[in-house]
Amino acid sequence: MATIEIRDLRLSFGALDVLKQLNLDIAEGEFIVLLGPSGCGKSTLLNCIAGLLDVSDGQIHIGGRNVTWEEPKDRGIGMVFQSYALYPQMSVRGNLSFGLKNQRLPKAEIEQRIARAAKVLQIEPLLDRRPAALSGGQRQRVAIGRALVRDVDVFLFDEPLSNLDAKLRSELRVEIKRLHQQLENTMVYVTHDQIEALTLADRIAVMRGGVIQQLADPATIYNKPTNLFVAGFIGSPSMSFLDGHITSAGGAPAFRTGDLTVPLAGYDGAVPAADGRAVILGVRPEHVTIGPDGAGGLPATVDIDEPMGSDSLVWMQFAGQTLSARTAPGHGLAAGQQVGLGFDPTRASLFDRDSEQRF
Amino acid sequence: MANPQILASTVVGADAVAGRLDGPTGPRPRRALSRRNVILYGTLIVIALYYLLPLYVMVVTSLKGMPEIRLGNIFSPPVEVTFQPWVKAWSEACTGLNCDGLSRGFWNSVRILIPSVVLSIAIASVNGYALANWRFKGADVFFTILIIGAFIPYQVMIYPIVILLREIGLYGSLTGLVIVHSIFGMPILTLLFRNYFTSVPEELFKAARVDGAGFWGIYFRIMLPMSLPIFVVAIILQVTGIWNDFLFGVVYTRPDVYPMTVQLNNIVNSVQGVKEYNVNMAATILTGLVPLVVYFFSGKLFVRGIAAGAVKG
Amino acid sequence: MSNGKRPTQLFRNLSAKIAAIPMILTAVVVFVGCSVWTVVYSFTDSKLLPRTNFVGLDQYERLWGTRRWLISIENLAIYGVLSLVFSLLIGFLLAALLDQKIRFEDTFRTIFLYPFALSFIVTGLVWQWILNPDFGVQNIVRGLGWDSFTFDPLYDSSIVIYGVLIAGLWQGTGLVMCLMLAGLRGIDEDIWKATRVEGIPMWKTYLFVVIPMMRPVFITTLVIIATGIVKLYDLIVAQTGGGPGIASEVPAKYVYDLMFQAQNLGQGFAASTMMLVTVVIIVIPWAYLEFGGRKHG
Repeated sequence: MATIEIRDLRLSFGALDVLKQLNLDIAEGEFIVLLGPSGCGKSTLLNCIAGLLDVSDGQIHIGGRNVTWEEPKDRGIGMVFQSYALYPQMSVRGNLSFGLKNQRLPKAEIEQRIARAAKVLQIEPLLDRRPAALSGGQRQRVAIGRALVRDVDVFLFDEPLSNLDAKLRSELRVEIKRLHQQLENTMVYVTHDQIEALTLADRIAVMRGGVIQQLADPATIYNKPTNLFVAGFIGSPSMSFLDGHITSAGGAPAFRTGDLTVPLAGYDGAVPAADGRAVILGVRPEHVTIGPDGAGGLPATVDIDEPMGSDSLVWMQFAGQTLSARTAPGHGLAAGQQVGLGFDPTRASLFDRDSEQRF
Repeated sequence: MANPQILASTVVGADAVAGRLDGPTGPRPRRALSRRNVILYGTLIVIALYYLLPLYVMVVTSLKGMPEIRLGNIFSPPVEVTFQPWVKAWSEACTGLNCDGLSRGFWNSVRILIPSVVLSIAIASVNGYALANWRFKGADVFFTILIIGAFIPYQVMIYPIVILLREIGLYGSLTGLVIVHSIFGMPILTLLFRNYFTSVPEELFKAARVDGAGFWGIYFRIMLPMSLPIFVVAIILQVTGIWNDFLFGVVYTRPDVYPMTVQLNNIVNSVQGVKEYNVNMAATILTGLVPLVVYFFSGKLFVRGIAAGAVKG
Repeated sequence: MSNGKRPTQLFRNLSAKIAAIPMILTAVVVFVGCSVWTVVYSFTDSKLLPRTNFVGLDQYERLWGTRRWLISIENLAIYGVLSLVFSLLIGFLLAALLDQKIRFEDTFRTIFLYPFALSFIVTGLVWQWILNPDFGVQNIVRGLGWDSFTFDPLYDSSIVIYGVLIAGLWQGTGLVMCLMLAGLRGIDEDIWKATRVEGIPMWKTYLFVVIPMMRPVFITTLVIIATGIVKLYDLIVAQTGGGPGIASEVPAKYVYDLMFQAQNLGQGFAASTMMLVTVVIIVIPWAYLEFGGRKHG
């Protein structure tokens, strides 16, 4: 088992900084997901850890060993690629054994490792087939197997499920999680899919523009996003944002937008005392409750109803801004109807409008 | 290298904020003169010199006088630079009875080249467009024959074409040669245009039809303006191909309208008289100049042209 | 259409059919018609003019009894095999070198490819000059003090075809390099990453992974070179004129000479039919592999 430490990592292609002064500590056996939109530097970071890209500055340590200048093969890593990168002219067995033969491992050892990996991944019946004769999911299993037989402490996954259809993706997601529980390896997993990130990760590193925006466990990332970007990126359907400012309502801090006031009593975080400070209130759809009009809630008008099977997303006009709420289907709300909304300030997020940071 | 484990514990213990440790930092050290680079660039440079050698020999030989050529070696630069061989090759060299130099062949080639390029590309682009967007019954059969036909050695077809041209009274004329070039340019050019037009989104074509544009309307107003690059590729392909042709020129034209390549060969390989190597090399460069200029200025488009020639239907 | 009648099948898509007339004529009249005509007339005793006095396989018997034709075939075989092997080898090597993320890649590629832009006539004449024993390579090596050095391929009938080969390779390897480079660039970048993570040395990656993956590129290139070789004509005319004697004759030249100079059309037709047969032997298996196999797989 191995830790990974990244110190002041910088990578630039010419004048373009892809990674900026990046630090990251990954514990032994931890499952870290690097999450972000395309071009955020997440795959670049993974390639740096693997040694496939030369860093411009900084250090990388794997298992307490400074591997900054080491070749990928000497870093004790296995890697799984989005395109699988299987050798098409070799059988599955050939794919699994090619690297091991090259290390001049004894034949019996190779056989044993292949047998074990094949058993773990349930690809025993496929060993003598060519990759072309396998389905996408089977190919990805073989690709994982190729990392598995290397008997390494660190697994790197570069968007491994992106080429699969939705159903297979959710199946393999579960399998990767099971694999992690079984092997207890350190795993670094790159994806742009937040569901994968939230379900798999011990901790998620949300990245943008070569900088880690927030590094925390999935619950924290979801409930207490550190800034507006993370808040907007995580969650589907996404968080609603309301523009307004801070006031005090009877001594307690409150959020004011238009002529409506939302009390912030019990907000999880430090509400700025400054009166009139411009802020943005972020509310997840599932934390908005819809009541009948005039029952003490804040007035809003129903705009559109999107039934999604298990629940229903209701879009509303609230103080001249758009807001969504998740409710049970069959609520009987019609467009144009007046409703009263309830917010739970303990689960909302308040951001400074200028710095976009959460309070 | 220091033991990183000890260092790690001290640093982390001393300061919770991440900081650099000792040991390798930043990019891997790379020497410009590593063994790999020496072998790699060394090999490339040696091979590049070999490829450039003939061009160099052509140029230096063409700038020497005959006495210097007889004494010296072909690789040495000229002691006394003279442009006389160039002048002679252009305007005085003899083929048979004509002694007006390569200029005659040059202008013949230009007169062959321009109509051939225009005609062959016009036919092939319209044809490729018809095949890509207006598929009609039987089109694929003829197209397949056309592509397979590209593999047939010209020698199999040259004589019957002589008869055909003679029948319509064009044998020996430039017009006849233009037709021949258009015929034999057709497979590759049609393939090029068909593949290009196929890659144009089908929706665009449908939208134009809904808007009431017909066959020619769509071709001239939509396809043509958006396919300029492929026309340039086709022009490069045809200019170099037709300029460099020898076989068709020698078979289908009379001596007074011989293209430049045929005339060059006749000048250099004529058996009469003293061999003037400097004039020969000047003539050779002159003949190679047109495709070379096209090549050096077109760069990646030339590569795209030959790559297109290599793709199969 | 205004009267509501559906236009007849023949006039549907009329413009497209008109646009395709040149293609239809070329395909039917030239490629099929002329080829069939030549094959048919190869069974006649045509001399100065084509005539339909059929003599069976006489022309072919005479052809295979002619020393010049046999030498032509032998030359084509030697030139063909060596040219295939070396241009694939050198072309792939050059492509692999250029694929090492080197600096000045465009410059090197431009240099390796420029001979391909030249006419075979130009190529033949340059190499005729460089290989000239009195002034060229042989003279220079002798001038360095090695008096007995002999390298005059163009004047030695036993090795003249190798002299042609040098020129042919100089002109043609750039094309092969370009095709191979396109093939190498088509290889998934992740494959290279995977082999680096596994610590496979580069030469092993090329040999066991990349080259097998490039099989289609190799086959296509092979067919392109091979059909080009069969057409070999201009280079011979310019560089050696078929000489010394008839030592560097090739089939394409034999065809031309018998049709247009010896005025022995029947022989020319028979010889060109043999060329056609050669190409068919090359192309049919390839076309079957390339297109026939795909339908089943």
